[in-house]
Amino acid sequence: MSVEAFNVTSDDPTRRAPLVLGDHDFESITDTVCGVVEKPKPPVAWYIAFTISSLFALLFFVLLAYLFGVGIGVWGVQNPVGWGFAIVNFVFWVGIGHAGTLISAILFLFRQKWRTGINRAAEAMTIFAVICALIFPAIHIGRWWMPYYMIPYPNQMGMWPNFRSPLLWDVFAVGTYFTVSLVFWYMGMIPDLASLRDRAQTRTRQVIYGILAVGWRGSQRHWHRYERAYLLLAALATPLVLSVHSVVSMDFAVSILPGWHTTIFPPYFVAGAIFSGFAMVATLLIPARQWFGLKDFITLRHLENMAKIILATGSIVGYAYSVEFFMAWYSGSAIEQFTFLNRSLGPYMWAYWIMVFCNVVVPQAFWIKRIRCNVWLMWCLCILVNVGMWFERFVIVVSSLANDFLPSSWDYYTPTFVDLGMLAGSFGIFFSLFLLFCRYLPMIAIAEVKRTMPQADPHYHSAAIGVED
Amino acid sequence: MAQIFPKWTNLIPLIVGLATLPCAALAVTLVYYYGSPKFTDVGYRPIQPVAYSHKLHAGELGLDCRYCHAQVEVSPVATVPPTKVCMNCHATVLRDSLKLAPVRESMATGTPIQWVRIHNIPDYAYFDHSVHVSAGVGCASCHGNIQEMEVVQQAMPLSMAWCLDCHRNPDMHLRPLSEVTNMEWTPPKDQQAFADRARAERDINPTSDCSACHR
Repeated sequence: MSVEAFNVTSDDPTRRAPLVLGDHDFESITDTVCGVVEKPKPPVAWYIAFTISSLFALLFFVLLAYLFGVGIGVWGVQNPVGWGFAIVNFVFWVGIGHAGTLISAILFLFRQKWRTGINRAAEAMTIFAVICALIFPAIHIGRWWMPYYMIPYPNQMGMWPNFRSPLLWDVFAVGTYFTVSLVFWYMGMIPDLASLRDRAQTRTRQVIYGILAVGWRGSQRHWHRYERAYLLLAALATPLVLSVHSVVSMDFAVSILPGWHTTIFPPYFVAGAIFSGFAMVATLLIPARQWFGLKDFITLRHLENMAKIILATGSIVGYAYSVEFFMAWYSGSAIEQFTFLNRSLGPYMWAYWIMVFCNVVVPQAFWIKRIRCNVWLMWCLCILVNVGMWFERFVIVVSSLANDFLPSSWDYYTPTFVDLGMLAGSFGIFFSLFLLFCRYLPMIAIAEVKRTMPQADPHYHSAAIGVED
Repeated sequence: MAQIFPKWTNLIPLIVGLATLPCAALAVTLVYYYGSPKFTDVGYRPIQPVAYSHKLHAGELGLDCRYCHAQVEVSPVATVPPTKVCMNCHATVLRDSLKLAPVRESMATGTPIQWVRIHNIPDYAYFDHSVHVSAGVGCASCHGNIQEMEVVQQAMPLSMAWCLDCHRNPDMHLRPLSEVTNMEWTPPKDQQAFADRARAERDINPTSDCSACHR
């Protein structure tokens, strides 16, 4: 495998490895990608994965009913740790979403053609991750029937939410992010939905995909407007990649708690978000390309590029961890210094060192090309990165709260089975949605992949004729 | 290839585009009007067990509010009078009136009359009559012109925004203490000057903190 691997991931910039492998032409690409949706039955692995993940999703809803019936006392939150798993999970899931927007918007503006193989699935992953994220702040407020209080609207109480609070900025940041991501994802899918409509064998599929394709005919005018709109949305989504997690980090940074009150938080959170997001994209796509036979479109080169981004952002995250320690020492503040010593050597040191191992040590393995090109090893490392990034949020949220200014109120936070079940359940929701997406929507941006092929080059045919002459 | 959808479906985007804004505006207007306590609560006029007329007693006969609602100046609640207060007069006045049969029965059996509460604020909102009365807020500011009402009804929305309006700027509702129960009182021309003086003398600084009412 290794010789082949080195060929398709050539590092020589004058001879880029092709983005579509195999003997594909335009028609066979459509056949392969639409075939995933059109086959009467998905692969057995899909059934197994969907059964497991939907059971976990069910667990989430059962625990949600329990939470609603009894109240948030069923969680492990107490004094002084008032923000437990709910906020940890929220920040984790919002962070996961960032890879999708980065791939779809920033890599598009930078003309990174390799994004085309993975952008659709990554955008879908973004939507599902943000759905998981949005559940947690809505239920952590305790009075779960009143989340609309977060929205500023004229009301009979004569009151507005606190506009000076980053918790309100969060509502806008994540809300905007979700809306723009959803529109971007859906709009990009319209030409492919039209393909599914035109190929549909049954009336039901024809009508459903027909409605979703909103009358796309593929005329020149349609394509012209589509590409303009795509560019505009990419420009709109680009600042969101940076702003959303910056605002999320301000939930912490604007407070006065040691360990939260630092100016490094916004860039550090954004790097961490992209880091975890790419790890999740790889976690999802490595099995998916195997099960659905998409290895020709999600090639080793795509995966290797993602490994490089994980390496780069993971190193930024590691740098941020060390800067936090430097600043604690340099500040001369005893409480600040205590906080970081306590984080790394105190009651939560197990979580801290899991985080450091998974986020700082593990991605360094990607310096080695042989590891970047070993798909299943990369998959395992990406899962470790996911674990590490969840623990990063756990360490930040819990260790700072548990040992705050008042030693008399210190307490050790222990999650209950409801906390753990809802965390596992949110993964169930996420994977269930992603598996449904794989089964019912085009997983690869067909039209965009075709554009990166040599056949799409206007000189392709004349070049071919020239060879024959 | 046959068309999947009939031709009229081409109009859907146009219709949706044109209808969204008016529909949203209509929805907001309907909720704003029909959901407001001005619509849902003002004018609440339940049937009381005794056909008692505030218009007759407070208006034509000129009874002071505090004759019946005796605790209003010292207690959080204004108190609904016990049957004995009715009988102070009706032991001799209109002794045989049919309308007063339930009052006599209540007196004889000792079972209080089950008056229906009209001005009902939620349990999570704290309200104290005595503070407002001793600050010089007139009864009519919250209850309307009771002496014109044959049957009492809710005159004001009693919504939180309505409370806050006065808490943020009470000046137009402050009176000389002797005028608190006067239903006909209107602010004089120099009300602002009076209010400034009254606020200094009576130390009136209404708070709009959450904990002022939600304790």
